[in-house]
Amino acid sequence: MKYNAVTVTQLNKYLKDRFDEDENLNAILVKGEISNFKNHYTGHLYFTLKDENSLIKCIMFKSYAEKLAFKPKDGMKVMVFGSVSVFERDGVYQIYVKNMIEDGIGDLHEKFEQLKAKLEKEGLFDTSHKKQIPLYPKVVGVLTSQTGAVIRDIINVSTRRNPNVYIRLLPVPVQGPGAAEQIAEKIKIMNDKKLADVIIIGRGGGSLEDIWPFNEEIVARAIYDSELPIISAVGHETDFTIADFVADLRAPTPSAAAELAVPDVYELRQKINQYQNRYRMALKKKIELMRLRYEKCMRSRAFTDPTRKMKDEYVMIDSFIKRLEIKMRNIQKDKINQYIALTTKLDTMSPLKTLTRGYSLVEKDNEIVKSVKQLHFDDEIKIRFFDGEKMAKILEQK
Amino acid sequence: MSKDNFEESMKKLEEIVTELENGNLNLDESVSKFEEGMKLAKQCNHILEDAEKKITILLENNGEIKEEKFDVEQ
Repeated sequence: MKYNAVTVTQLNKYLKDRFDEDENLNAILVKGEISNFKNHYTGHLYFTLKDENSLIKCIMFKSYAEKLAFKPKDGMKVMVFGSVSVFERDGVYQIYVKNMIEDGIGDLHEKFEQLKAKLEKEGLFDTSHKKQIPLYPKVVGVLTSQTGAVIRDIINVSTRRNPNVYIRLLPVPVQGPGAAEQIAEKIKIMNDKKLADVIIIGRGGGSLEDIWPFNEEIVARAIYDSELPIISAVGHETDFTIADFVADLRAPTPSAAAELAVPDVYELRQKINQYQNRYRMALKKKIELMRLRYEKCMRSRAFTDPTRKMKDEYVMIDSFIKRLEIKMRNIQKDKINQYIALTTKLDTMSPLKTLTRGYSLVEKDNEIVKSVKQLHFDDEIKIRFFDGEKMAKILEQK
Repeated sequence: MSKDNFEESMKKLEEIVTELENGNLNLDESVSKFEEGMKLAKQCNHILEDAEKKITILLENNGEIKEEKFDVEQ
């Protein structure tokens, strides 16, 4: 009997061909837990995927591994997508992983959306509730891990913008169990003791699981209840957390948060300078305007020929006086005429006038004698003629 | 006015600038606004210069907060 043996190589080659022909094995999604994880210096990832009963080897080449959004590690539950094939040299079959995501993340997404909807309905995201970030906070409070890039970035950016910045770091764990409770408590402490004028809470980017504390309700409510304005800075540009929605301001990165919290003092100084220049200019313009008005006034006739007005008045007064004089003279003349008329009339009525016609007047003791009975023997009388008087004596005795 | 109130001072300064630029004030008012502006600008600059750089870490111990200088590990 002749045995038709194949070589090991032939067998493995045959098996590889059979694997590769299988459509199911060419594009397969497998879930399991990572163990034996090795990040090779070449950049390829080697690990095994296991569940309670079974395990399978996995390899993820550098070109795919580079695109991963998270850092895989032992114990992590993942879903891998790739093809199953045979490594001929070792006679093992393994998964050639093209992409990998964290498992259970679907649940987290759902939890995220549910909480988001709930809090939104409650009004925790309302813009009307959002507080203004002060223009120039005296103290910037930072809630983050005391180690790592986040606090370093914040300090760097802040000091660059304001060399005299005052930063108070209150360290908090930013991932793992209990982190959310700690963050919420520290927000309350900052508020109770008024330790800052503005608070930055943040952490670097990471898997949805890593940043999960910032999606917890307790943190959201602590942010909402905070009287101090809060800037959230979680992860990188695209990661949105519940904390971001509740916060008074959302910064895409911790560095950006520092820029929002700490004003650039050079810019502020410039702004003050600009204000100074502007009001100086405004006052200058005002004064210039007043000067022009003044000059216009000074050019007016009142100032260029100040006596003219006076001259005019003199002329007027003169003419008044003249008119007054004429009036006076007329009155005087009238009065004289009246006087002449009256004296003429008086003259004609005078008794002296009668004397000229040959009558005479007898007076005794300076009284006119009207009757013969007034006269007695030897009385002296005065006889008045028109041209003089003579004394006489009564000669008759009876 | 409180020394802390940088923001308010800046706002007032801006108002004064606008008022002066509108030119509706008489000369006396303009001059007094100008003087107020000078005072505010000086105040603002003073607040900026007066600050002192401090990077601290707050350490909590039984509800007591202790503040210490914080050095960033590079």
